[in-house]
Amino acid sequence: MRELVVISGKGGTGKTSITAAFAHLAQNSMLCDLDVDAPDLHLLLAPKRFEEHAFRSGFVAAIDPEACVACGTCVDLCRFGAVRKPTWDDPTGYSINPLRCEGCKVCVQFCPAGAIGFTEKHCGQRYASSTRFGPMVHAQLFPGEENSGRLVALLKKEARSRAGVLGLDLILCDGAPGIGCPVISSLSGASQAVIVTEPTPSGRHDLERVADLCRHFRIPAGVIINKFDLNPGNTVDIENYCLNQGHALLGRLPHDEVVVRAMVQAKCATELPPTPFSEALRSIWEQLADIEPKAAARPEPFQPTPNA
Amino acid sequence: MIYAIASGKGGTGKTTVTASLAALWDRPVMAVDLDVEEPNLHLFLHPELTGGETALMEVPVVDAARCTLCGQCAAFCQFKALSVMGKTLLAFPEMCHGCGGCLLLCPEKALAPGGRELGQVVSGHFRAGRSEDAGFLMGRLRVGEAMSPPLMRQVKARLPESGAADILIDSPPGVSCPAVNAVMDADVIVLVTEPTPFGLHDFRLAVEAFRPLGKPLGAVVNRSDINRSGDSRGAGMGDSGVQNFCRAEGIPVWAEIPFSRAVAEAYSRGEVAARAVPEMHAVVLALMARMQGAAASQTTGEALHA
Repeated sequence: MRELVVISGKGGTGKTSITAAFAHLAQNSMLCDLDVDAPDLHLLLAPKRFEEHAFRSGFVAAIDPEACVACGTCVDLCRFGAVRKPTWDDPTGYSINPLRCEGCKVCVQFCPAGAIGFTEKHCGQRYASSTRFGPMVHAQLFPGEENSGRLVALLKKEARSRAGVLGLDLILCDGAPGIGCPVISSLSGASQAVIVTEPTPSGRHDLERVADLCRHFRIPAGVIINKFDLNPGNTVDIENYCLNQGHALLGRLPHDEVVVRAMVQAKCATELPPTPFSEALRSIWEQLADIEPKAAARPEPFQPTPNA
Repeated sequence: MIYAIASGKGGTGKTTVTASLAALWDRPVMAVDLDVEEPNLHLFLHPELTGGETALMEVPVVDAARCTLCGQCAAFCQFKALSVMGKTLLAFPEMCHGCGGCLLLCPEKALAPGGRELGQVVSGHFRAGRSEDAGFLMGRLRVGEAMSPPLMRQVKARLPESGAADILIDSPPGVSCPAVNAVMDADVIVLVTEPTPFGLHDFRLAVEAFRPLGKPLGAVVNRSDINRSGDSRGAGMGDSGVQNFCRAEGIPVWAEIPFSRAVAEAYSRGEVAARAVPEMHAVVLALMARMQGAAASQTTGEALHA
């Protein structure tokens, strides 16, 4: 089973539009939105949810004002500045700011009055759905919540087991920006990372860091340069960088308003009449399918139906 | 005053806006990059970097000679950073959140504080609107490190105490813990978005996440015209969707920045858009005035309240 994860380092380079088009071109792969913080893939794939589960992870502390003896031990021990002390303009007692609480339990353990409770958090929802291009698992972390890495790991596990049951040999994942916990979690066990960048200083800088992250976890990385025509000089520099570093160059995509046009219609760019962008994306997809020998052995070559 | 420039969706123009504001700011200012996973502000402000230090998080180191394998630390740790395996207590420093609980708990004093490298805190200065020598601060997460909030806290700990200079924070994208960490200490929040379905969707999430903080919040609609032409089915969905949402929710739109190939190309050359493109200059000055106005009304409100 192949597992492709589309990431970028920098946000807004086109990960989701590209993943959705791959979903269209692949036809019937297992789809997975791993950007659980700000997921957007569902806006293009219109999944029909048939399962929903609460995602509970981590704990949060809360002080019982009746039992609190105002000794201040929790304030002294909390390394996260999560305990609010009473002040002259807010004389209500000690309390915990849940946004700062790390869920470490130190205050609970060392409170001499046993006045601090510890409850599991409901951090978000996760879903199993069907789309016009195959089954999909996705989630929404509640705003401001943490543990996105655990939710990503859970979605990946779910995707693998469903793909196994359904006999699908490709899992296509839309990743999160950055290089932190959700991205690390999305790379775990992946067969190929697809990095989408753009020919700008930040695109280049962030590509280098996320490509180093892939190397750190020994995941092969292929690079797509989106909006390459914005700065052809930078594009060539990025391509040379990839060649020097041994990252596969998957191709260039032109700046094309079809991306926004497709998004507004809740479609993939490849579902609309051909443009230079969608044609380039098709050839990238064919090349990507060739990287993995397993893909060539698929019994039926894909036949994407235009405007499906 | 602390101003955080944030967004739900990545790539909407946070750094472009922050760099432009920093370059034109008419009061003493410090620019701070809290997008520690992918810090980019320095690529546009080109600060002279003068200081850098490694940021460490305290993690437990096991003294096997003292450890009696009682397992209290492993049972207590919420993050599975300690585990008794056979006749050894193993520490997994990369799992540790640095709460210090295990060190406090160990009856044998068999755990000592060690350090895990989170990344670098880098400081310097750059040329801003009025002052030749504005402060610059950024965090840069070590590649392979999963947790960005601890490094962000260490960057924030280096912010000057006094309000001598205004602080502009370039925040990480998203609405989960790193983003909330970046904006929670700000006095004013600026949300940068774009009028597309993705932009609107993530903007709603950001409003849901940040409005409970109870700070003045305004929107910057970047590439405000990219979705006006073309398919009529698009009208209303992406076109004015963000502006309609702002009106319905009572969120002021502090700036609309039309798409400009000149801005995109200036960005691709690592230039500050407000310096390179005249139209952008005027938009950013107006935005600055609105942000400062929101901060001023905030302090007046607080004074009245007190």
